[in-house]
Amino acid sequence: MNSTISSNRISTLSYIKKVMSRFFVFIKESRRPARDDKIFHPFWVIVQKEVSDHARSWRFIILIAIIALTCLGSMYTSLTNIDDAVKSNDPEGTFFFLKLFTISDGTLPSFFVFMSFLGPLLGIGLGFDAVNSEHNRNTLSRVMAQPIHRDYLINAKFIAALIVISVMFFSLGFLVMGTGLIAIGIPPTAEEFLRVIFFLILSIVYVAFWLNLAILFSVLFRQPATSALAAIAVWLFFTVFYPLIVNLIAKTIEPSQMAPAHQVLMYQKLKLGLMRVLPNHLFSEATTTILMPSVRSLGPLTMQQMQGAIPAPLPLGQSVLLVSPQVTGLVSVTVLCFAISYVIFMRREIRSR
Amino acid sequence: MTAISIKLTDLTKKYGSYTAVDHLNLSISKGEVFGLLGPNGAGKSTTILMILGLTEPDSGSVKVHGVDSTSNPVEVKKKVGYLPEDIGFYDDRSGLENLVYTGRLNGLSYKQAAERAGQLLRRVGLSSEAGKKTGKYSRGMRQRLGLADVLIKEPEVIILDEPTLGIDPSGVREFLELIVKLSREEGLTVLFSSHHLYQVQQVCDRVGLFVNGKLLAEGDINALSKKLFENNPYTVEIGVSASESGKADSISWLRKVLEDTDGVLDVNESNGICRVECSRDVTSAVARAIVGSGADLYYLNRKEYGLDDIYHKYFEGGTFHE
Repeated sequence: MNSTISSNRISTLSYIKKVMSRFFVFIKESRRPARDDKIFHPFWVIVQKEVSDHARSWRFIILIAIIALTCLGSMYTSLTNIDDAVKSNDPEGTFFFLKLFTISDGTLPSFFVFMSFLGPLLGIGLGFDAVNSEHNRNTLSRVMAQPIHRDYLINAKFIAALIVISVMFFSLGFLVMGTGLIAIGIPPTAEEFLRVIFFLILSIVYVAFWLNLAILFSVLFRQPATSALAAIAVWLFFTVFYPLIVNLIAKTIEPSQMAPAHQVLMYQKLKLGLMRVLPNHLFSEATTTILMPSVRSLGPLTMQQMQGAIPAPLPLGQSVLLVSPQVTGLVSVTVLCFAISYVIFMRREIRSR
Repeated sequence: MTAISIKLTDLTKKYGSYTAVDHLNLSISKGEVFGLLGPNGAGKSTTILMILGLTEPDSGSVKVHGVDSTSNPVEVKKKVGYLPEDIGFYDDRSGLENLVYTGRLNGLSYKQAAERAGQLLRRVGLSSEAGKKTGKYSRGMRQRLGLADVLIKEPEVIILDEPTLGIDPSGVREFLELIVKLSREEGLTVLFSSHHLYQVQQVCDRVGLFVNGKLLAEGDINALSKKLFENNPYTVEIGVSASESGKADSISWLRKVLEDTDGVLDVNESNGICRVECSRDVTSAVARAIVGSGADLYYLNRKEYGLDDIYHKYFEGGTFHE
């Protein structure tokens, strides 16, 4: 009896092994000849090389490990707390699945807060030595002597990092969804699924902003260490010091409790406006709205506006509409950073050392 | 003359108030090995960058095989292979991978590029190191890999900027031989920039002397020395045995012997070797006169001016002739 089981097990194992090895051979053979004969546009050749550079680098492996661990941690907290989070009269009760991304018990931040924190690190990590390392290794003049336009290089670097980030975020997001699906056994509705996709796209745009900032610094500074430090300094300033300064300013001009409503409104708007200069604030506002459908406004609301409102979740279209200024803002700073680095790079003298 | 490969017309490049290249006119014909010789900072690299269209000239034009480098750099870069000074490779990739990347940037498929890279690596003698990461290559190997990298696009013109910098003498010789062989075999036009005189002398058909952004002179080495040393174009170095007279007197003795010889301008001595300056080639007459006087002639050399002398005359003395 025992022996049959063990032999069964062995045959299963060897079968799996066989299938796996066949699978790898299949991949190898199916991929190679077709790709080898194909002539790619030089731009995509650079992109391919950059993507494989990222994938091979230790830096990327470390970053992905950090983010995967974060994912696991936040998954754990949300799964252990999910039964407390569901209340009978909760307007978001129908959006059970989204809770996976948003709830936390206070000990560990939730998935989307983690993302807003680690996204910059990822962007900076992938971009800070994009151009200056080519310069320092003297590979820039060699690549530039090939029949390509000068902007191919910087565009390809951006696109390659973006592809890497997108693949990573989508796979992480889908992994979280898949694990959640298995753990709680409730499939997401179409709207929930779309909201998660939108959230992932937002995260990619947000990381792209930091990526571009890092690329800008990599064009500006010759030393990779300087550009990394500069990018991290900006990140720290945005996450720690700027909110502090805004609070300081807000304290000094805070109206008294007796102040008329319009004055309080003005004050709140000013405070919010100052905060909205920050890309990370824009991102957190946008993600909150997308992942928590009950959020109906991002600014101050008066009692009159609240009157008669039914505490119901917003449909996806309305949520997207609500965050469109934030998304536009994020995209535009991203584009601005890229444009500046593009212009500087195009004017830069190509010389070896 | 054969067809013109590179033509520079009134090329000027300024950095602020500093003029790096000043109204440069130059044409290089197809299949020629042209040496661009000048000290550091003479504007050689700037000129090369303008030929490749990597830097825009302030005025003037560059034409490579009839294509304007400034307005159409990509077309030019298809034809021109460039080996920059101190070439860089992606250190974490192997030599083969680096070459394949360049090949693919030039519109080859992976398969074609790998094939050609293999051939070239064999040709430059690196096939046993093909799989090694370029970070582990020695200086000479990098330079040879650089040459393969230049050739993978099958260029019609190759530009080498200080290619022998930092290679040991035997490596330099091999490298130069390789270049000459390639240019003869494939009919490549070669532009070779250097401040090493003997190397230029060894390989180049024609030489351009480049100082402070200006082309001072061009031509083959003989024409150059003729042009530059007009006053005393011929010098004969002589060693005679001092049996007839004391060593201190050998110079005056020689003067006496040679005073009847037609064409001799001056006789002087330095480091034990007598120099006879002549207005034309009278080496044989000088020899006859000395032997006829009964002295032992054990050394006679008709001096040809090398680039070294040109170099001394122009760059180190700091005084310009014209």
